Amino acid sequence: MAGSTLEIKDLHVEIEGQEILKGVNLTVKGGEFHAVMGPNGTGKSTLASAIMGHPKFEVTQGQVLLDGEDVLEMEVDERAQAGLFLAMQYPSEISGVTNSDFLRSSINAHREEGDEISLMKFIKEMDAAMDTLDMDKNMAQRYLNEGFSGGEKKRNEILQLMMIQPAIAILDEIDSGLDIDALKVVAKGINEMRSENFGCLTITHYQRLLNYITPDKVHVMMQGRVVKSGGPELAERLEAEGYDWIKQELGIEDETISQKA
Amino acid sequence: MTVKVSLPYDKDYVSNFSQGLNEPDWMTSLRLNALDKAESLEMPKPDKTNIKDWNFTEFKHHVEGEAINSIQDLPEQMLNLLDQDKEQQNLILQRNHSVAFSNLDSSLEEQGVIFTDIQTAIRDHSDLVEKYYMTEAVHVDEHRLTALHAALMNGGIFLYVPKNVTIKEPLQTIFWQEDPEAALVNHVLVVAEENSSVTYVENYTSDNKEEKTSANTITEVFAKAGAKVSFGAVDNFEAGTTVYANRRGVTDRDAVIEWALGLMNEGNTVSENITHLIGDNSQSQAKTVTIGRGAQKQNFTANITHFGKGSDGYILQHGVMKDKSSGIFNGIGKIEHGASKSNAEQESRVLMLSKDARGDANPILLIDEDDVTAGHAASVGRVDPMQLFYLMSRGISKFEAERLIIHGFLAPVVNQLPIEAVKQQLRQLIERKVY
Repeated sequence: MAGSTLEIKDLHVEIEGQEILKGVNLTVKGGEFHAVMGPNGTGKSTLASAIMGHPKFEVTQGQVLLDGEDVLEMEVDERAQAGLFLAMQYPSEISGVTNSDFLRSSINAHREEGDEISLMKFIKEMDAAMDTLDMDKNMAQRYLNEGFSGGEKKRNEILQLMMIQPAIAILDEIDSGLDIDALKVVAKGINEMRSENFGCLTITHYQRLLNYITPDKVHVMMQGRVVKSGGPELAERLEAEGYDWIKQELGIEDETISQKA
Repeated sequence: MTVKVSLPYDKDYVSNFSQGLNEPDWMTSLRLNALDKAESLEMPKPDKTNIKDWNFTEFKHHVEGEAINSIQDLPEQMLNLLDQDKEQQNLILQRNHSVAFSNLDSSLEEQGVIFTDIQTAIRDHSDLVEKYYMTEAVHVDEHRLTALHAALMNGGIFLYVPKNVTIKEPLQTIFWQEDPEAALVNHVLVVAEENSSVTYVENYTSDNKEEKTSANTITEVFAKAGAKVSFGAVDNFEAGTTVYANRRGVTDRDAVIEWALGLMNEGNTVSENITHLIGDNSQSQAKTVTIGRGAQKQNFTANITHFGKGSDGYILQHGVMKDKSSGIFNGIGKIEHGASKSNAEQESRVLMLSKDARGDANPILLIDEDDVTAGHAASVGRVDPMQLFYLMSRGISKFEAERLIIHGFLAPVVNQLPIEAVKQQLRQLIERKVY
């Protein structure tokens, strides 16, 4: 069976009464890597968070479907169990809960009761993933994200991605705050996930990540909508020329989501 | 003008009680003086908690407890507190007011370690006990409850570790208030001589949901120069027992006292945990976790007072409050004049699980010296929705996510308890109280 399909249709999202997303349309299929690009303040991270069910965002219109199932009707944990994953820009720190206990609970949450992953298998898989990501093995016993550096947090997000093996992953600015070596390591982990059964939506405002994770499709967001889509060549042109030509083409003066008076 | 109060036990009773135990004269007169003072002294006044109507006077003062021959004869509830796979248990079980079982590794005895019930210690090691018993750490006349304690003390432990003796295996005491109305007026005295090291863990347990009684327990820990004492406790009195628990420590030069207190009583509780860092470069960590539920009212004070130069104190108080319970957390870091280069840190956090619960975190730094460092963090709030979102975004249910967060919040004490069985017990208590 080929992978899953995530469909975002005419999605409108508000935070505290202000509309941020104003009708986003996007479809991600298993085997595809999509990149959503755009300047700051254009709604990219809101899109990522709203799909996962972030408590602060309210969907006012539109649909999100995973293999035809209404994602917006699901609780956050149900969305994850259905196959969605969000690598967060600012992962929470949770004191007293070890990284490894958390990971094991996450994996088991995706499995039937009575079919929990064995400790041996878990450790083996975790060790292998940590090796790929060049992570210190002690990180497994540290408390979840507590005192982790920015780079360690990002690696830890990708560690979870590799262990949970979701159908569709959304990576929210996974490259921010990473130096070039860390970026390569993180990209290596993501590239290991590539398969027919894995679709990925990467949100970034730097083209440099896309040098390591080649996207099949690139989308540009402005003013809370996808304003342009294309292939990898679109990302390259953005790298070379910036966003101004798109603004001119579309007659946009302020690309951000306009503030209320 | 002071008001005379009627006390539940009179001079004749106390005098007969003391003689019945063959106590030395110093102890009998200490008791009688204390009884005298108890009549006129005021009750303690814990900040923001009114204990005027709490029961500290109705209880049974002396109840025998049946001895047991071997650990295996213990009821399951007690067995669960022991690491049963260990061959040798350094253990004392106090059942009501009697020692029901006691065992100490013979090699420790040979090294001069004393681990015995307080009454035996008062008879057999009278001078040693007299030197430390309510002389330096806790004083008889602090308030009515310390005086009442001194007058009516009816159980407890004496632990003495000679110079340079390092005890690797933890020593454990179980205080079992089996009779629903028996009052544990326990005195625990720990003396660790120079450069010695010991880990001690105590459990308090009772079953009296309805029957009323009280517990008035005082602990005094002395860590001499270079000594290290790790003190773990899980208090788990049932709802009928009103508790006053006072745990004090005194450190000499380079000494360390580590407290890990799981205060899991079901009834109204006042807990004081005070450490005096007397010697230079001495240290204390005082960690407390607790859960309040029902209509329970609790007041927790953790105080580390610095006298020695370069002394280091860290207070951690984490409380979970649910239902209509109320918990007041006072964290006091005090640096006296002359205690230069000292460091006083504290963290008080209260997690509220219901809108009717009340939690107050009162961090207080009192500093009379310039050349010091100090810091505090305090928060009262609900489970962080972002933490929940994060965990749930990995497929973990809301229930399980909250459970992880709460266990994590209380982990600082759980993880520090050195006996696996006691750790497990505290985890189970947390589980039972929260859900």
